[in-house]
Amino acid sequence: MPKTIKLTRGLDIRLKGEAGKTLKEVSPRLYAIKPTDFIGVFPRLQVKEGDHVKAGSPVFIDKYRENIIYTSPVSGTITEIKRGDKRLLLEIKIEADGRDEFVDFGAASPAALSNEEIIGKLLDSGLWTMIKQRPYGVVANPDVKPKAVHISAFDTAPLAPDYDFIIQGKSKDFQTGIDVLAKITENKVHLNVSKTTSAAEFLQCKNVTINTFSGPHPAGNPGIQIHHLDPINKGDIVWVVGVQEVVAIGRLFNQGRYNPEITVALAGSEVIAPAYYKTHRCASVFEILKGNVNEGNNRYISGNVLTGTRIRPDNYLNFYDSMITVIPEGDQYEFLGWAMPGFNKFSISRSFFSWLNPGRKYVLDSNKHGGERAYVMTGLYEKVLPMDIYPLQLIKSILFEDIDLMENLGIYEVEPEDFALCEFVDVSKSEIQTIIRTGLELMRKEMS
Amino acid sequence: MKALRRTLDKMKPQFQKGGKFEKLHSTFDAFETFLFVPDITTSRGSHIRDANDMKRTMVIVVIALIPALLFGIWNVGFQHFISIGETATFWDNVLFGLGKVLPIIVVSYVVGLGIEFAFAQIRHHEVNEGFLVSGMLIPLVLPPDTPLWMVALSTAFAVVIGKEVFGGTGMNILNPALTARAFLFFAYPASMSGDKVWIAEKADAFSGATPLAEAAASVSSGKAIEFSHSISDMFFGFIPGSIGETSTLAILIGAAILIITGVGSLRIMLSVVVGGLFMGGLLNIFAINPYMAMPAYIHLIAGGFAFGTVYMATDPVTASQTNKGKLIFGFLVGIMAVLIRVLNPAYPEGMMLAILLMNVFAPLIDHYVVQANIKRRLKRIPKPVKA
Repeated sequence: MPKTIKLTRGLDIRLKGEAGKTLKEVSPRLYAIKPTDFIGVFPRLQVKEGDHVKAGSPVFIDKYRENIIYTSPVSGTITEIKRGDKRLLLEIKIEADGRDEFVDFGAASPAALSNEEIIGKLLDSGLWTMIKQRPYGVVANPDVKPKAVHISAFDTAPLAPDYDFIIQGKSKDFQTGIDVLAKITENKVHLNVSKTTSAAEFLQCKNVTINTFSGPHPAGNPGIQIHHLDPINKGDIVWVVGVQEVVAIGRLFNQGRYNPEITVALAGSEVIAPAYYKTHRCASVFEILKGNVNEGNNRYISGNVLTGTRIRPDNYLNFYDSMITVIPEGDQYEFLGWAMPGFNKFSISRSFFSWLNPGRKYVLDSNKHGGERAYVMTGLYEKVLPMDIYPLQLIKSILFEDIDLMENLGIYEVEPEDFALCEFVDVSKSEIQTIIRTGLELMRKEMS
Repeated sequence: MKALRRTLDKMKPQFQKGGKFEKLHSTFDAFETFLFVPDITTSRGSHIRDANDMKRTMVIVVIALIPALLFGIWNVGFQHFISIGETATFWDNVLFGLGKVLPIIVVSYVVGLGIEFAFAQIRHHEVNEGFLVSGMLIPLVLPPDTPLWMVALSTAFAVVIGKEVFGGTGMNILNPALTARAFLFFAYPASMSGDKVWIAEKADAFSGATPLAEAAASVSSGKAIEFSHSISDMFFGFIPGSIGETSTLAILIGAAILIITGVGSLRIMLSVVVGGLFMGGLLNIFAINPYMAMPAYIHLIAGGFAFGTVYMATDPVTASQTNKGKLIFGFLVGIMAVLIRVLNPAYPEGMMLAILLMNVFAPLIDHYVVQANIKRRLKRIPKPVKA
């Protein structure tokens, strides 16, 4: 029995609207690939409006890394290429034709293929983009062998999907996906599971090192797990792949095609019947939300409430996301709100009386609960960041752009998501995740 | 409340850019956010935020100061009537105390907030809430008879020189309230030290010495310390002293509020106490005079030790910011406070100077704590194998 890494620092935010363990199916018609989902990509379009694409056809490539191809999840027609300020490519919209045509990449056992053939297959099918690299959180570089690959088999974020449920029946594809990663990295795959999991799909996996974690959020973040297993030093490259991405890679080798099926959790206090949905990567969320959301001013999020992206209810799932959250908007004033006893206010501190009721679940809205202020409080971020990193010092080093200090303070080990709770608890109401991303981008430019 | 909100909404455009009162934007913002938590929503990053903000945090500290304040008001009256030999009722004490303390509080807030508003306006910042706490701390660390012009002057000095020149809240090196007190201490020593100032309108014949002064006197006289107050008087606070510092019990109630809410640092509080007891114990061992032989625990309940430990040393901006640094910082504050008290006859109260001194050293302590972290990180990199 492997030993459990127990994390004590962190915070579980108890929200209402957890997805029930029922699986519904929707067949989306509209899709959009958003280059903005991928950090640091300079997209060069391979299609124009009106073109017909199959599942697995190239849609755009990275101008500076031309072998990295981003492909269509579905067969259909390119209906719109949406650009924003300075012609920034925002969305490539595809309308499915329902014919399910796909590019055949050929089913094959990873054991029978050479590493070059495997990597080639992943790049051609566009599934290579499912492998993210630390530091910086960009799509991995196929020319560099990583120190390790980490797959987190659980998500501790508020209302996060339960991968024990999602993985059911996908054990074969998951194992193939792991075999693929193990082959090209020479068996350096880590599967990080929760102490509470009983899913045989994870526990009986072969070709992996299984590590067990327990503790509050962010214990499920790969960044935290890597930090405790084998931290990223300067010059190290580590790959991170999500559970559903491993399944998709497995399917590529078992079925020979890009199969975009994923299971997403629809959760949040404004959802009438929170549940799991079988849908497609990059698909419109419209069919999922239809008739299942309370009337009113709501915030729709692709991803979880801490790290997700704000979307409109007719928008699309982000490439890497496995959940949709709907919470109320908080754009209202509250009379003397800072002075109220606050029995219904969630806080890590005990400055509201809600701490007297520890089991309660909350409806939290998007209100910031205060204006932005100077950094005054100390010791608060440390309570929710289970890493041997000084968060305030790192944040400040990024703000004054001291590259050496950022490096010394451990910027390579972090991703914005690891600091999401710091941002949540911050009484100064600063945008810490944005600061961390800025720091990582500074580093990336400096090092390239 | 809707009517109030409507009025504010109607007024708001005039205070925004291009409006008639554009120059008073920060002032309007301060009052508006005081009345209403703003309707700002998250745009990037975390979509939900903790309900706690700077206002709430600072208000918790002010609430934690209330026991010491209320006791202080009563005690100012109580000490006064004892010194003139009159018996007074509870309400006599409170009324007298209010007459002394309230004007000081008003002056401190008016002067301090006035300057804060002005600076926020000039810098186009929001008004920071830090002064809500400083404005209450300043009166509580002053002797009850401090002239109001001195309160005004020291507050202005503390806010401008102690805080705003460094960039405002969050950037200051020294605790503003202690800066105010230190300013008076060095500029007007006659009003801030000796036996005369600790009781409001004291009768001349009455001694009025604080326990610390009595202890310090034993050094020169060489005789055993003669406290005119019992240990329990010191703990409950029936002694002369600065307005808010006398009652260790009231301060402990405040400490409990700060610790339970998580606003004040338990690390710092405990390590200051440990430091004080450690130094007191060390002096006991090498005692060559009665003060050095005084039981160490008396340091904790006499003078401003408890008040400084709970409300001053824990100031997150001027204390060490790392958790390890806080332990070192607090421990050294405790050591220095007792050291200055016992070994430096010029300063019977060492707490203020100890905290200010450690405020200056706090960034250095943090520097070494962070350097240790950096060294740990560098050590992890495997050394290249020699060919």
